[in-house]
Amino acid sequence: MRARRLLALVAKESVQVVRDPSAILIAFVLPTILLFLFAYAVSLDIRNVRLGVVLENDGPAARDLAADFAATRYFEVLPVRHRREVGDMVVSGLLRGVVVIPQDFDRRLATGSRPAIQILTDGSQPNTASFVSGYAEGVVASWLDRRSGLAGTGAASGPAVVLEPRFWFNPEVESRRFLVPGSIAIIMTTIGTLLTALVVSREWERGTMEALFSTPAGIVEILLGKLLPYFALGLLATLGCGLLATTVFDVPLRGSWGALLALSASFLIPALGQGLLISALARNQFVAAQVAVFSGFLPAFLLSGFLFEIDSMPPVIRAVTYVIPARYFVTGLQTVFAAGDVWSLLVPSMLAMLAIGSVFFAITARKTRKSLDR
Amino acid sequence: MAATVEIRGLAKRFGEHPALHPFDATIEAGRLTGLVGPDGAGKTTLLRILAALMAPSAGSVRVLGHDVVEEADSIHSEVGYMPQRFGLYEDLSVMENLRLYSRLRGLRGKDLDETFERLLAFTRLAPFTGRLAGRLSGGMKQKLGLACALMAHPKLLLLDEPSVGVDPVSRQELWRMVEELTDDGMAVVWSTAYLDEAERCETVILLNEGRIEHDGPPEALTSRLAGRSFRLVRPDDDRRTLLTKALDLDGVRDGVIQGHGVRLVLADNERRAAVDELARGAGAAVEAVPPRFEDAFIDRLGGGPGGRSAIAERMEPVEPDALNGDVAVEARQLTKRFGQFTAAERVDFEVRRGEVFGLLGPNGAGKSTTFKMLCGLLEPTSGEARVAGLDLRHASSAAKRRLGYMAQKFSLYGLLSVRQNLEFYSGVYGLTGGRRRRRIEEMIETFGLERYLRDSPDSLPLGFKQRLALACSLMHRPPVLFLDEPTSGVDPITRREFWVHINGLVRKGVTVLVTTHFMEEAEYCDRVALMNRARVIDLDSPDALKARAATPDRPDPTMEETFIALIEAGERGAEADPAGRAA
Repeated sequence: MRARRLLALVAKESVQVVRDPSAILIAFVLPTILLFLFAYAVSLDIRNVRLGVVLENDGPAARDLAADFAATRYFEVLPVRHRREVGDMVVSGLLRGVVVIPQDFDRRLATGSRPAIQILTDGSQPNTASFVSGYAEGVVASWLDRRSGLAGTGAASGPAVVLEPRFWFNPEVESRRFLVPGSIAIIMTTIGTLLTALVVSREWERGTMEALFSTPAGIVEILLGKLLPYFALGLLATLGCGLLATTVFDVPLRGSWGALLALSASFLIPALGQGLLISALARNQFVAAQVAVFSGFLPAFLLSGFLFEIDSMPPVIRAVTYVIPARYFVTGLQTVFAAGDVWSLLVPSMLAMLAIGSVFFAITARKTRKSLDR
Repeated sequence: MAATVEIRGLAKRFGEHPALHPFDATIEAGRLTGLVGPDGAGKTTLLRILAALMAPSAGSVRVLGHDVVEEADSIHSEVGYMPQRFGLYEDLSVMENLRLYSRLRGLRGKDLDETFERLLAFTRLAPFTGRLAGRLSGGMKQKLGLACALMAHPKLLLLDEPSVGVDPVSRQELWRMVEELTDDGMAVVWSTAYLDEAERCETVILLNEGRIEHDGPPEALTSRLAGRSFRLVRPDDDRRTLLTKALDLDGVRDGVIQGHGVRLVLADNERRAAVDELARGAGAAVEAVPPRFEDAFIDRLGGGPGGRSAIAERMEPVEPDALNGDVAVEARQLTKRFGQFTAAERVDFEVRRGEVFGLLGPNGAGKSTTFKMLCGLLEPTSGEARVAGLDLRHASSAAKRRLGYMAQKFSLYGLLSVRQNLEFYSGVYGLTGGRRRRRIEEMIETFGLERYLRDSPDSLPLGFKQRLALACSLMHRPPVLFLDEPTSGVDPITRREFWVHINGLVRKGVTVLVTTHFMEEAEYCDRVALMNRARVIDLDSPDALKARAATPDRPDPTMEETFIALIEAGERGAEADPAGRAA
């Protein structure tokens, strides 16, 4: 291997990256759009859910309960008198649920028998539905507590236990705080796997790989000449994303920038390795892009714990996540952003990524020869 | 002294498919060796083996004394290789491309400066060092590719189809450069699908379907045809009819239209009498002409096809009123711009009914763009295109019903069977019910497609693929036929077969518009528009064009020489910068 030749290849690739609008698009514009999307548009938090409250009873207790529903910031309440007024609105999706306070509510309450309250939810969106029913139950329960406290003459009527929940690492339980770090993993996968697979297969398609092969440049030089610029580009994009996250999106970075970059660097090894392997097998850009999306982007999206919690996946799929490098990266990123430099967690993640990366490189090295024979 | 390349029993297979059958050959220093053959003959495979980019399946190859398998690294250091499409980075400038290859070749210091200076002077690229390679014309790309390949100070230079996509003037220049290199003792291998280029090489390896048909000086092959090539000039008869009659004569190996006459190759000298008789009947004079390499190739492969076209014979003549007049196709100031780039500029011509009209020019000259505007596939930026008097902008579907279009590379569906392709195209052209069934059966019968009906077009022999494509475009009996590079990459025999069909169709009154970058193919046309850099530079019959380019020391120029002379005449006095247009 000659340093001069490698340098020439790195220089050539860097010039191409700078000139290629698609590289800049993927490395800087796409991350910005993704971060904005995950920070603002896609939110897993549920707030201001539109809920219909059917007040069939006009008694003071029923109205008091309805007022409690209206008071919470989680619901946006549409008060009505009859069920039939809201049925269509649930069907059309205008309302996510309906609470019915029935005719005999006040009467049953007064006579001491337990009044029934009906909660209807839109089961086509299970997450929201369970949230609506859970929270509505909570509203009713706290209303009952308050009522019995007011009416209570003795100490026994108050609740026996008071729960005071506190969320660590993300006290306001804002999804943005884990979505934004997670999307950095998606972006790195895109740069590392998709972009690399594309640029190598492009050399095949345009016949320049053939020209390179006919020179004394070795295969290691040719591949390193590809990897180094994209490695640098990946780290630059990490820095960019980190800055955007901390300044524009107010996501606190509790750990250090050094740890963030070290983590990204370790993730880029398997990501680039996968990209190289894909381009070694598929020598045209279209196939390379397809394979990169299916084997890199989608798993990073679905199986990394970025959107769906790994612990709630079926065991078989959970087992699959162990070979997906993005899984370790997402965990690591969330640690660095939300908890800090917890090296006892970060180091094993980094080692796992490096191990997966070395497997990719080993296969690529076996598959790639300086030859046009397949 | 040992030969530069020694090939012993070399064979190459891709899976089951043999790409090169076993052969021996040598390539000598200081010589230009032509590697000649149609597409798929095995030229690129052989070059890649010589460049140590592929390993032979059997046999041994030594290049400059190194084994191509064991000592690939030495070969990569000592051999210059220019792949097809020149191996350039289009998003890098001329200088950046040169710099990259010089560094990969380990040039430095004084050597580097001298090499750059020498190559820039040699290729005359010095004024364009800052331009992106993608913005160069085909000819300049080719020169840059050559400069990059010469960076190695190679003793062997391998050029894979260097003349494809390059205008004739630049091609001429490349020949000159390569001759200079061989004079300095370099061995140069030049691969090409143009058979006329073989005649310019000192020695030729002729490949066909992976087999060596000839290895030696081109004259050794053509001399066997001495006294067997003739030209029938100035016939009273229609030259297409004359050709058909001639091809059906016993003892005529091959025949093509050339200018206003017909060129024939006989099986042996004794058959001359029959030709004389034919010529007398047609009122033509018989001239002996020197044999061409292409004649020899056809002769080597057992001769060209007969003169009859089953398709044309079955087709009913085009009705005289199908075209609403005498002008079949009309281009009026047709201009197409893609952003900054002008692909066709004020193209103006008329194609008369029953004419074979050719658009001739190198890749990127604007032929296909003009063509696509004329058959309604591309909207002109300005100007007007008419087919059968109908404006394609306003009456596009009425106009399209009157034209058949055969696209480059045939545009057949590989995932459909031959029958399904026929069914699809008949449906596209609006045929239904019994008419559709009858037309399909008729096409199958006339084109002899019966035994391939269930096969994929991809698996068909090239000649049949071409027939199928032609059948698909003739399904609706169009009075006007558009053929876009119909014979590019096709071997000469298949090409002749194709023209037999076209000639037959023309005799039935079909008007044909054809694009080609095979200069010699222009001979089949009644009139030719020469295109270069988006403009029509001249328009006339092939003979008239040739007469314009004739000089006292070159009384009978080839079509290529004619083209070069006419381009140069057009550019004389114009700006010296030949670039600025991508190929």
